Amino acid sequence: MSAMVTRVVLEEEESARGVEGELLEISMGPHHPSTHGVFRMDVRLDGERVTRLKPVFGYLHRNHEKIAEKASYLAAIPYTDRLDYLCSMTNNWGYALAVEKLAGIPVPERAEYIRVITAELTRLQNHASLIGFLLQDMGASGTPLMYAFREREKILDLFESLTGARMMCNYMRFGGVRVDCSSEWLEAAQNIASSFPQFLDEYEQLLTGNEILMARTQGVGALSAELAVNAGITGPMLRASGVNYDLRKVDRYGIYDRFTFRVPLGDHGDVYDRYMIRLLEMRESVKILEQALAAIPEGPIIDPKTRLRGLRPKAGEAYGRIEGPKGELGFFLISDGSTNPYRYKVRPPSMINLTVLEDMCLGRNVADVVVILGSVDIVMGEVDR
Amino acid sequence: MLGEGIVKGLAETARNFLGSFVDEERLTTVEYPEERLPQAEAARNFPFLIYDGDDAEKGLRCVACQICEKECPPRCIHIEKSKDKKPDYVGKQQFYPAVFDIDVSVCMSCQICVEVCPFEAIRMDTQFELSTDDRFGGLLWTKAELAKTNEYYHSIHPTEAGETDARLDEEKAKVAAKAKPAEAEMQAKA
Amino acid sequence: MTQAPVQQLDQIFVMLKHWLVGYVPAAAQPVVSSLLSVVAILALFPALFAFTTVLERKGLGRMQNRYGPNRVGPFGLLQPLADGIKSLTKEDVVPRTADKAVHFMAPLLLVAASFLAYAVLPVGRNMAAVNLDAGVLYFFAVGAVAELAVFMAGWSSHNKYSLLGAMRAIAQMISYEVPLILSSLAVIMAAGSLSTVEIAGRQAGYSGIWPHWYVLTPWGLAGFLLFMIAATAETNRSPFDLPEGESEIIAGYYTEYSGFKFALFFLGEYLGMFAISGLGITLFLGGWSAPFSFLTWIPSWIWFFAKLLALIAVFIWMRGTLPRLRMDQLMNFAWKFMLPMALLVMVSAGVWRFLPHGVLRWIVCFVMIAVPYVLLGRGLLQGKKIGKRTYRFAE
Repeated sequence: MSAMVTRVVLEEEESARGVEGELLEISMGPHHPSTHGVFRMDVRLDGERVTRLKPVFGYLHRNHEKIAEKASYLAAIPYTDRLDYLCSMTNNWGYALAVEKLAGIPVPERAEYIRVITAELTRLQNHASLIGFLLQDMGASGTPLMYAFREREKILDLFESLTGARMMCNYMRFGGVRVDCSSEWLEAAQNIASSFPQFLDEYEQLLTGNEILMARTQGVGALSAELAVNAGITGPMLRASGVNYDLRKVDRYGIYDRFTFRVPLGDHGDVYDRYMIRLLEMRESVKILEQALAAIPEGPIIDPKTRLRGLRPKAGEAYGRIEGPKGELGFFLISDGSTNPYRYKVRPPSMINLTVLEDMCLGRNVADVVVILGSVDIVMGEVDR
Repeated sequence: MLGEGIVKGLAETARNFLGSFVDEERLTTVEYPEERLPQAEAARNFPFLIYDGDDAEKGLRCVACQICEKECPPRCIHIEKSKDKKPDYVGKQQFYPAVFDIDVSVCMSCQICVEVCPFEAIRMDTQFELSTDDRFGGLLWTKAELAKTNEYYHSIHPTEAGETDARLDEEKAKVAAKAKPAEAEMQAKA
Repeated sequence: MTQAPVQQLDQIFVMLKHWLVGYVPAAAQPVVSSLLSVVAILALFPALFAFTTVLERKGLGRMQNRYGPNRVGPFGLLQPLADGIKSLTKEDVVPRTADKAVHFMAPLLLVAASFLAYAVLPVGRNMAAVNLDAGVLYFFAVGAVAELAVFMAGWSSHNKYSLLGAMRAIAQMISYEVPLILSSLAVIMAAGSLSTVEIAGRQAGYSGIWPHWYVLTPWGLAGFLLFMIAATAETNRSPFDLPEGESEIIAGYYTEYSGFKFALFFLGEYLGMFAISGLGITLFLGGWSAPFSFLTWIPSWIWFFAKLLALIAVFIWMRGTLPRLRMDQLMNFAWKFMLPMALLVMVSAGVWRFLPHGVLRWIVCFVMIAVPYVLLGRGLLQGKKIGKRTYRFAE
């Protein structure tokens, strides 16, 4: 609402100035250096200020939902890997949760713990990479990005030794996980969890107090809590605007109610807050990881009665959602009793978070647009599906 | 004080710069192709078919049940059943695939085909240096290119291969145990 | 003419030049002497540029936990050769509507202006190409010509975005000229001369083991820092590389250049970086003099180049660490922080000269600079409500 008012005011200013002074209309992308995928923004500029911004996406549309409606429930799992291709484990979990709700499949303890461990590892590598990308957009010539990727490589190596692939893990199954993890793997995960806080300290030393970073991100791209809630924003962006809404605490899906962790909240909702919230969330994730690694029990990793092939859930609908690293990732399934869903819909957090891009960018410099886009944390695979 | 954060950041970069000369952690480059990282044992790339013994035709475990063809998400497997049968590892007569094609340019390495195969016949290979400049046929692999020995499977995934062999031996033992009393019965009758 | 071997080594290039000039008839000797200096500069500094490009990429790489280029030649040292061949073999694209003459001349002017600046730098004892009485003035005048070349590039491309980029670059350069010149004014006042050779000569004495460099005084240190920050902005290096880095939509002023002309722009930029570092060394770091009195046996020209390489390393270090400043923040910083500080440095230099030697003048000059620095810094950040924040947590 406030954004619409701002836009109207700016347009009135334009018309008040008369016909002379045309506004510069530029199209940023889809092929651009501070990329995040193939994404285009039609920006109308008045000198340096943005008066209108229209995001145009769809360049990476791959018919994910239609494919999943034609393929069986099992066959859709590798496709969910490729939605938010940085966080394949959490995508798999969201989908598995939806199908388990639909078909009423229970999940054994050990599998729940493994799911939490892999999801938190995914969150760690996603947030670290995001901060790296944000700084890359700001011109820090890739140094924070390289540090983040150094840590990310360790996590991806873990995923490869567990599931066979670094990014497209295809790991969760309905009723549990695909393969069991060995004690060496758990030890390696423990090593990562123990050394991560030191990496975060070094990262903070490089970045958090940096005056240039603060000058470029504080006060930029502020999003009010009211607008965020009305627009359906979720994830770190929502929490940076001060709204206490984390699905791990609200839904308590999986076994998250057994872990103690805090939810960081921001006050200003600007880019700096989003950056700091992600940093603080990484620290909380490390805490969850340590608790999960300490408490993981022995046992089966998948419900012994689940069918791998030919799963036919009873007719009905279910919506399974998880707190993915980017926000609320939801899968809505309508089953008609056959082997493939009648309707399969993904709620992509990146796309819904993108809808407020214009509101955040109005009245700001062009240089800020890139920084604000970086802070929204989009992956085009998810936005376009 | 203005400049404090910047100085701290400079110190961090200097630490990495100097550390890259002494600490391996701070210089993580692996100079491919001269140096290679060892692959994880569970690493998977594209599927291959297993055959026991030396003969790729006779020892092929695949019985053309076509379950992997049906379950493959991008439908990259193409199988044509044979008209005649051949004996499998326990001696039972089974069909075999006359044509088994995998379009590797379509395959997404999800290994669902491996999971659903009831005959331990298809497994994931680890080779990734597979580029070819033959655009159309180069990435369409036929049965001959896909079939590899069980020894090769042991060399790339030793733990898995050990477990698979154990399962197959168990099956063979069960069938042999059933065959012995039947033999004795037949001899008694004769 | 027997001299100690150390002194001979120090003056080896001077002696070489005299020997060569001796073969020419007396009437032509001044011209040939100058020509030899010019040839030396033309040969040396582009070679340094080539070496710096590799050094920069390798340095950045090491800071980012990776090797830099290391395939071309041993340790990647022949990489500039590969880059040079690449830039020479690329097609030279000139926009149809571009102003061809200006488009062609802009990179040439940039390179020529950058080379001209080396004429007054004393690379070693008795080794300045020309000893002008107004050397520093000449240097800044020639530096301003480089800014003109930037505008020529942006204007002649007939591209709205290049023009905007060029205008921003010029605004940045002009804004940062002021603190640059003001901080060097402090040195000129202290040395009492505009001649670079004279200024370097004045810093060549020692008190005990400590040299008389101007950087070893409170106003000199502050002045040096201001000079280096302004130099970073003048040469469009990170974190002030907005004109060339903001290439998302407002492309830099050299977008419409390709191939060799593009390489010439880079050459001009790096040469400018060396020249301004050279001036900084001459003004503040004692030019060619050794840092301690027991190290004077090392030739003076080695010291100059060692200091130059150290400053280049600092430039590379800053590039690898800091994100870019936005245009308005850049300008704010120049006018609201650097200019007042530069004026204070000048006043402090004057006070230093007229107070008697001793602890008092150290304390007075230090306080005169440090207190406003803290206050200005705080004002700059708090004015925009920038500062550290604390976060609350929900359970």
